[in-house]
Amino acid sequence: MPAFSRKWVMALVVLAIVVPLLQPLFPDLVSDYRLFLVSTMIIAAIAVLGLNLLTGFNGQISLGHSAFYAVGAYTAAILMDRLDCPYWLTLPAAAILSFIVGYLFGLPALRLEGHYLALATFALALSVPQILKYKWLEDLTGGVQGIVLSKPEPPFGLPLSEDQWLFYYCLIVMLILYWAAANLLNSRSGRAMMAIRDYHIAADTMGIDTSLYKTVTFGISAAYTGIAGALSASAVAFVAPDSFSFFLSIKFLIGLVVGGVGSLAGSVVGGIFYVLVDNSAQALSTYIKSDLGLQFDLSAYTVFGILLIVLMYLMPTGIVGGVYGMMRRLRRSS
Amino acid sequence: MKTNRRGFIGGVSAAAIISSSNFAFGQKKYDEGASDTEIKIGHCCPYSGPASAYGVIGKGHQAFFKALNDAGGINGRKINFITLDDGYSPPKTVEVVRQLVEQEKVLCLFNTLGTPTNTAIHKYVNQKKIPHLYVSTGASKWGDPKHFPWTMGYQPDYHTEGAIYAKHVLATVKDAKIGVLMQNDDYGKDYWDGFKEGLGKEANRVVKHVTYEVTDPTVDSQIIQLKDSGANVFFNIATPKFAAQAIRKAGEIGWKPAQYLNNVSASVASVMKPAGFDNSQGVITASYLKDPTDKQWDDAADMKSWRAWMAKNMPGANTGDANYVFAYSVASLMVETLKRCGDNLTRENVMKQAAGFQKLQLPLLLPGITINTSATDYYPIQAVQLSRFKGETWELFGDVMHAESS
Repeated sequence: MPAFSRKWVMALVVLAIVVPLLQPLFPDLVSDYRLFLVSTMIIAAIAVLGLNLLTGFNGQISLGHSAFYAVGAYTAAILMDRLDCPYWLTLPAAAILSFIVGYLFGLPALRLEGHYLALATFALALSVPQILKYKWLEDLTGGVQGIVLSKPEPPFGLPLSEDQWLFYYCLIVMLILYWAAANLLNSRSGRAMMAIRDYHIAADTMGIDTSLYKTVTFGISAAYTGIAGALSASAVAFVAPDSFSFFLSIKFLIGLVVGGVGSLAGSVVGGIFYVLVDNSAQALSTYIKSDLGLQFDLSAYTVFGILLIVLMYLMPTGIVGGVYGMMRRLRRSS
Repeated sequence: MKTNRRGFIGGVSAAAIISSSNFAFGQKKYDEGASDTEIKIGHCCPYSGPASAYGVIGKGHQAFFKALNDAGGINGRKINFITLDDGYSPPKTVEVVRQLVEQEKVLCLFNTLGTPTNTAIHKYVNQKKIPHLYVSTGASKWGDPKHFPWTMGYQPDYHTEGAIYAKHVLATVKDAKIGVLMQNDDYGKDYWDGFKEGLGKEANRVVKHVTYEVTDPTVDSQIIQLKDSGANVFFNIATPKFAAQAIRKAGEIGWKPAQYLNNVSASVASVMKPAGFDNSQGVITASYLKDPTDKQWDDAADMKSWRAWMAKNMPGANTGDANYVFAYSVASLMVETLKRCGDNLTRENVMKQAAGFQKLQLPLLLPGITINTSATDYYPIQAVQLSRFKGETWELFGDVMHAESS
């Protein structure tokens, strides 16, 4: 696993903390909108991190993480809407509920490997938006109309705008979760998780309780993604079944593969990449058409697809793996 | 100090010039997104993803404003129409609308599409005080000027339409036993709620209520269930593909109820024809726009000029698609709104003009249907007319009905 040196990580964190405070100096560059965009990147990064724990470090494939994301988001939304729960308290609740759902789903998943697991999780992703609309749950979930929420207010009267605070809130949560994941992977349990990924039978023979590890990993992974969902409910201030389509799962998967399977830093890069490219793909396609004058009527998704193919061809191990490989080559040649 | 005459005259005339230019300047008022040369309008709709069929509305708008600019724009100003893809995903809509408002700094938002997507930005645009005009959804919640003074709908809301069918059923069908087919989403629910409200105390006349999901391949089994329930009235709340399937299946299994079809699927080319004209006879719907595939409008002046416009500005587009008619009519209303703003292009004035239409005629609306708004009425079109399918076309009957939405 290519690891970034501690120095770099610290520099990035300091940068992330300082930049939003420069808003009065560069109001156009550090606008509320950009901060909001970075917040959505962080949220995507957390969700991808969750998926990476499962797929990258434990070798289980999931196409159903949009379901856990929805569970987290709805937990947060219902708590805030119905019980006037403070927004920060919804995170642990979302984590616990998502963990339980993930753990329970992990039990039957034990019998399923590879493609079959992918199919089962696919079914989960498809069914959750329907379940949210189900008439018995409608009173709680708001049915197809969804739930409208308020954005989190800065605490302690801090002189921050809503978007600045949202950014810090997301950043703090991500740093905690990242640190926890790094420690988990560096522990005995983490090594057991990876042993299962690498050689299931060998791990079993060594005395690792593979079923326990696999189900708990499923739970932890779901909890991470659920927390991301809860954050997104706060950030967007609205949840509806249409927000959690199956495509969201694909989005996480793209983030995972592009960033780097089995790399924590890769998850963050993947989350950022997805939001960034998703946003610029349309701008790029209109640019090609109107400014370069090429008569290609490319849809935004075509551009996105081409970018993905190019990237996968040039960096088959993801961005982090690719950059790491390049750095190694540079060092060797110098 | 002595003031000489020349200096005095010079001073006075200078003051006069300054004040007069001030006066002229005072006439022109701008908010962000408007200037002497340009008006920025923001829009988003799904160009990609499962709901991308609605993307044609956005394409229609692009062509409309381009043609308008080529013809000189509005009061000498060009329209800068910025349209973004939200894929019908509410979080994405929040993102792109914030981009439109905060980065592009548009004067107003126009015809943003979808109920969940507009719900996600409803509060935001009203906090920011951005005109959020003529949203492209038939939900009834867009006309609430008391709580959301910056948001306005356009089309007759589904709720009202549902109530109109219910009243017609009660007035014309004896011993009505009603079967309802409904798409299981916000649009279906809105119709259903309106229909139930229209039935009032007679709500128990609904003997069977079945639903389908947009992802279902067919509605055959639902129609068989409806027939078995013994219903003699069929209310079809379905989007075009499913509406056609339902009408055809009902014909095939020999079920002959009084059929009511929601306006969403009133297209001759994409619903009635595939359902089979034999099966479609007598189906009742309510409409407010002229159907481009309906032959009775072939000689109408606005339909003719619309066809010429389409041939010139959107060659190759399917003129049978009613979405283009919708786009053309609603964009015409936007242009009329901005024209009336004159040189006072503030957001407040845009809303004031949008809420000040009386009996405005728009191209492609049915004869007798006009735009009416006021500071308390944020539903521009509230009238519909019932029509019955006969031969290969819709035949209007009865009066234009004005319904106050509940």
